[in-house]
Amino acid sequence: MTAHGEMIMEYPSADTVKLVLSGAWKLGGELPGDDKVQQTLQDKPGVRKVVFDTRELATWDTGLLTFLMNLSKFCSRQHININSDGLPGGAKKLLELASAVPEKKDARQAEERVEFFTYLGDETIYLVQSAGALLAFIGDAVIAFQRLLRGKAQFRRADLGSIMQAVGAQALPIVSLICFLVGLILAFIGAIQLQLFGAQIYVADLVGIAMVRLMAAIMTGIVMAGRTGGAFAAQLGTMQVNQEIDALKTLGISPMEFLVLPRMLALGLMMPLLCLYANLMGILGGMVVGVGMLDIGLIEYYNETAKAVGLWNLGIGLFSGCVFGIIVALSGCMRGMQCGRSAAAVGDAATSAVVTAIVGIIISTALITIICNFLGI
Amino acid sequence: MTAKEAHITVRDLTMAYGDYVLMRDLNFTINRGDIFIVMGGSGCGKSTLMTILIGLKAPAKGKVLYGEVDFWGADAQTRDRVIRRAGVMYQSGALWSSMTLAENVSLPLETYTDLSPGQTREVVELKLALVGLAGFEEFYPSEISGGMQKRAGIARAMALDPEILFFDEPSAGLDPVSARRLDDLILELNESLGTTMVVVTHELASIFAIGSNSVFLDVSQRTMTATGNPNQLLAETKDPTLRMFLTRGEKS
Ligand SMILES: Nc1ncnc2c1ncn2[C@@H]1O[C@H](COP(=O)(O)OP(=O)(O)O)[C@@H](O)[C@H]1O
Ligand SMILES: [Mg+2]
Repeated sequence: MTAHGEMIMEYPSADTVKLVLSGAWKLGGELPGDDKVQQTLQDKPGVRKVVFDTRELATWDTGLLTFLMNLSKFCSRQHININSDGLPGGAKKLLELASAVPEKKDARQAEERVEFFTYLGDETIYLVQSAGALLAFIGDAVIAFQRLLRGKAQFRRADLGSIMQAVGAQALPIVSLICFLVGLILAFIGAIQLQLFGAQIYVADLVGIAMVRLMAAIMTGIVMAGRTGGAFAAQLGTMQVNQEIDALKTLGISPMEFLVLPRMLALGLMMPLLCLYANLMGILGGMVVGVGMLDIGLIEYYNETAKAVGLWNLGIGLFSGCVFGIIVALSGCMRGMQCGRSAAAVGDAATSAVVTAIVGIIISTALITIICNFLGI
Repeated sequence: MTAKEAHITVRDLTMAYGDYVLMRDLNFTINRGDIFIVMGGSGCGKSTLMTILIGLKAPAKGKVLYGEVDFWGADAQTRDRVIRRAGVMYQSGALWSSMTLAENVSLPLETYTDLSPGQTREVVELKLALVGLAGFEEFYPSEISGGMQKRAGIARAMALDPEILFFDEPSAGLDPVSARRLDDLILELNESLGTTMVVVTHELASIFAIGSNSVFLDVSQRTMTATGNPNQLLAETKDPTLRMFLTRGEKS
């Protein structure tokens, strides 16, 4: 028995070619390609019919079927008749099944090669559209907020509670760690410079003002963007995948009120509180360096901090925190709601939510700083 | 027979995803009190047709009339108002995964009725019992099987006793007995409450057992090729594709 398949072409009559198949036609073995047959058929335009002789065929599997499929596709293009009577019964049936449902041509999305400029144009249009979508989303959020103020918004109070707990209390450990260390680092860097002038005591001013006015809000915002923004996007994205959001819509419940509003409220309320806490942690971090390393007295450090940090600084810090919270919630919810219907789309939504939130935080920090500068506060 | 009143009328409807046209020239009428079957092979656009009927996706062309109201020609508020009288069961259940079954079913009730918490609980228990899920009130969707999720989806869809119920493949993935019970439930609701049912399915047994009217979507023709009572279609059709579908391709 031969270990590989063989094929001989015979010409019983002028318009017929007979393929005599023998040996083992198994996938992975050595098989004659159908290009030889195609070549022959093209060279002899008189041939209108293909028949088979498989009496010598020992074994076969998918290897034979793919050969036959290719051949029959070629033949139907060339309008050549294939007579499959000579094939093994099983192979004939499988082939029939494989061609029972005609290939749906336009269902397959064409993988076109796009030119660079077409690509650039498409991306630009997409960018403009997504900016529009962002504005529309913010608009919808504002309308939902108005309905809340008029007491008409529909959402479950229990949801609000559990979200507040998740974004507030449960974020305390990570916020403590990050802000304590940031305060510590600021104090170290400041100390090295200020020691040169013997002005160590101003480390307290430096850390206090930096933390309270800016750093606590930014660091908390970034932590929340990664921790909560991504989570919101993943959660809403999964709801989108499972048609849960469709189910809300057909019930006439606005997903904006039911899902986005409580998240926005929770972060908007909890972020200032987290910032306040982060302030304390940062100052504590600075104090550890000031008291431990620079030999400033505890009371002295406290008094210096209290003198330096004004109410305005605190106000600006907390206001920034609130704004960042809303930015994180909005970008998380927006990316979640725009999510496609697959697991990969959920991943993309989470990534893009974090990126959007961080970009939003940095841009709004810049704006707030400029405005404060302008107002002289 | 009494003259039937049209509940949903579909006129010259074309549905498409972008440039990819799924079906064109759909024309059929769903009468009040019908159990209307949307049938066709997998991927022919049955679910898509349903998303258009329930207002989630706009048609590429054509009209959907609810009674006299032009559904897609109207503004979003009108669409909301119309669709609020419908209940929908989605192909995948689409239960809200962060809520228990009881909360899933009671959310529509809490939103649109003034029932007391006690009454709501009773209604929830009844609806869950109707679909064979008595005692599963406090379970989360992830804690029950796929077939049970489907049935819970049905319980939620009928929470408000809607005028129209849409089902997307209700019996797919159910065992034969549950599937049969579901058919009975659909028939019973239809008879006792006069609910119009729109059922997307390709379970032949259900089609013949419950369907009083139907439309057949033919992938190869890109349009509907028949509408009418499925039993009558089976007896009278000359169309080989439809005959093949209705007889599972078995030669008679
Ligand atoms: N979101 C979508 N975007 C593009 N094509 C889609 C989308 N959803 C479904 N389709 C296509 O539409 C066709 C019909 O889908 P569907 O309505 O779900 O079929 P079924 O009749 O099985 O419910 C499928 O061929 C599918 O490829
Ligand atoms: Mg479907």
